[in-house]
Parts: sequence; C-alpha cells; structure tokens
Amino acid sequence: AASEKKLLEVKLGELPSWILMRDFTPSGIAGAFQRGYYRYYNKYVNVKKGSIAGLSMVLAAYVFLNYCRSYKELKHERLRKYH
Amino acid sequence: MNENLFTSFTTPVILGLPLVTLIVLFPSLLFPTSNRLVNNRFVTLQQWMLQLVSKQMMSIHNSKGQTWTLMLMSLILFIGSTNLLGLLPHSFTPTTQLSMNLGMAIPLWAGAVITGFRNKTKASLAHFLPQGTPTPLIPMLVIIETISLFIQPMALAVRLTANITAGHLLIHLIGGATLALMSISTTTALITFTILILLTILEFAVAMIQAYVFTLLVSLYLHDNT
Repeated sequence: AASEKKLLEVKLGELPSWILMRDFTPSGIAGAFQRGYYRYYNKYVNVKKGSIAGLSMVLAAYVFLNYCRSYKELKHERLRKYH
Repeated sequence: MNENLFTSFTTPVILGLPLVTLIVLFPSLLFPTSNRLVNNRFVTLQQWMLQLVSKQMMSIHNSKGQTWTLMLMSLILFIGSTNLLGLLPHSFTPTTQLSMNLGMAIPLWAGAVITGFRNKTKASLAHFLPQGTPTPLIPMLVIIETISLFIQPMALAVRLTANITAGHLLIHLIGGATLALMSISTTTALITFTILILLTILEFAVAMIQAYVFTLLVSLYLHDNT
C-alpha cells in the first residue's frame, strides 16, 4: 500500500519504509537527477516568456553551495575581537 | 591575511573526494540543447550568440580548418563560462589552475602543429625562416623561430592563468582594503569602493576577452598549418 505513493501522501509512520523502498541503484539515482533537472527546466526556462529568474535561481543556488563548501575557512574572517 | 589570500585557489575537496569535477562540469548545465526550430528565449539567445561567434571566427579557415569548428566553439564557451562563473562570490574558477590550462593548450597547439607537419611539411618547415633574411643571420634566426614556436603553448596557458588569477587577487585585496578602511575614513573607503566597481567591470570584460584570445590564437595556429 505504501509502495507507489508520492511523498506528500505518505504518512509519517510509514516514512522509513517508504525511503527504503526507493530505487538507490546508479540508474535510479541518475533518473532522479534527470527528473529533477527537467522539472526545473520545464517550469522556469522552457516557457514562452522565460525571464532572468530561471537562470538567477540556479546561480544563487551555486553561490550558496560554494559558501557552504568554504564555510570552514570563512568563519575565521568574521568581525570578532577574539578568534 | 597572508594565508587566506591564496586559499581560494586551492582545489575544492570534500571529505577527500574531488569536488572540482562537479565544478568543472557545472557550466554544461547552463547550455541546454534543443532540436526544435523555435526554442525558448534562453536557448534562442545562446544559439544566436554561438552562430555569431562561429561565423566571425571560422570564416578565415579553409574547409580543412573548418573541421575544427566544434572544438574551437566548445573551447570558447567553456573558457568564457568558467571565467564568468568565477566572478560570483565564493566560487572556484578552474581556469586559475595552471594544470588545467596546460591541459587545454598543449594538445590543441600540438594538434595544429602536427597537422601542419604531416600535410604540408615543406610549408611548415618554411615558417622557421622569414622571407628576405640576410644569409649570415639564418642559423640564429632558425633557432629563434624554433624557440618562439615551442613557447606558444606555454604562453597560451600562462596567459590565461595569470590574467584570471591576477584579477581575482586584485578583487580580494581591494575588497579587503575597502572593508578595513570603512572604520578609519569613510571617504577613502568610498574611493576604494569605486575602484572596486570599476575593477569588477574590467573583470567581466577580461573573462570574456581571455576566452576569445585563447581560441583566436589556437585558430591562428591552425590557419598557419592547414
């Protein structure tokens, strides 16, 4: 019963078994990335009057991920009296 | 300040895994392909730009040189997009690494030169001696021309690395100076901030110009040799 439901319809108690039932093979993970990419692309870029927002959201996410990656070095540059 | 000036140029590694692979592959996400005749605005703009650049750059070649169009267009797109993405805050620019630029320059230059030697051996060897040199100067000039030939890939790689790295360093330094000056004297900080704005505009230009120059020079070496 819990095998093919979408995430928003899964009850909280069934969540661990739902996660374990997902396809974690390499082709499954690749399929997940492909579906996610096309979901974003078809919603924001592949439209008749696409705006700059489609590109800027991707670039903002890129900046955010790079910030997370270099947080360890950046936290030494905060304005504090004692580091 | 001394140590963390250059830490932004270290290759990103997360838990020992090379994250740099993902960062190098990221610009490919920004160039979607489409087989339709009429596309969305994003793809149309990119296709128009690509057509403009390829016509401008490949018109000087004969049909043998024009087989390199795909290679040169991918090259200019890659270098241009990686340089421009490197201007975003906190991002890593792969073209600041000499290893990568050497990896791009040496095979392309070698391919052009070896094509020339294989297909037009006499003409390629003739490049070593400019026309009309006085006879006593010939040995020295051949040596000089050989050296200048072998310096070409090094110059290609080092030019790109040095330009992009120097620009990033300048932005770091002047930005840090603006921040430090704000508490000391606001007018000086405003002047430094104006310098920073001008520098950023310059860096946008340099990012694209360097891509253009790299590709143009490779295409010139190709033209000499086809």
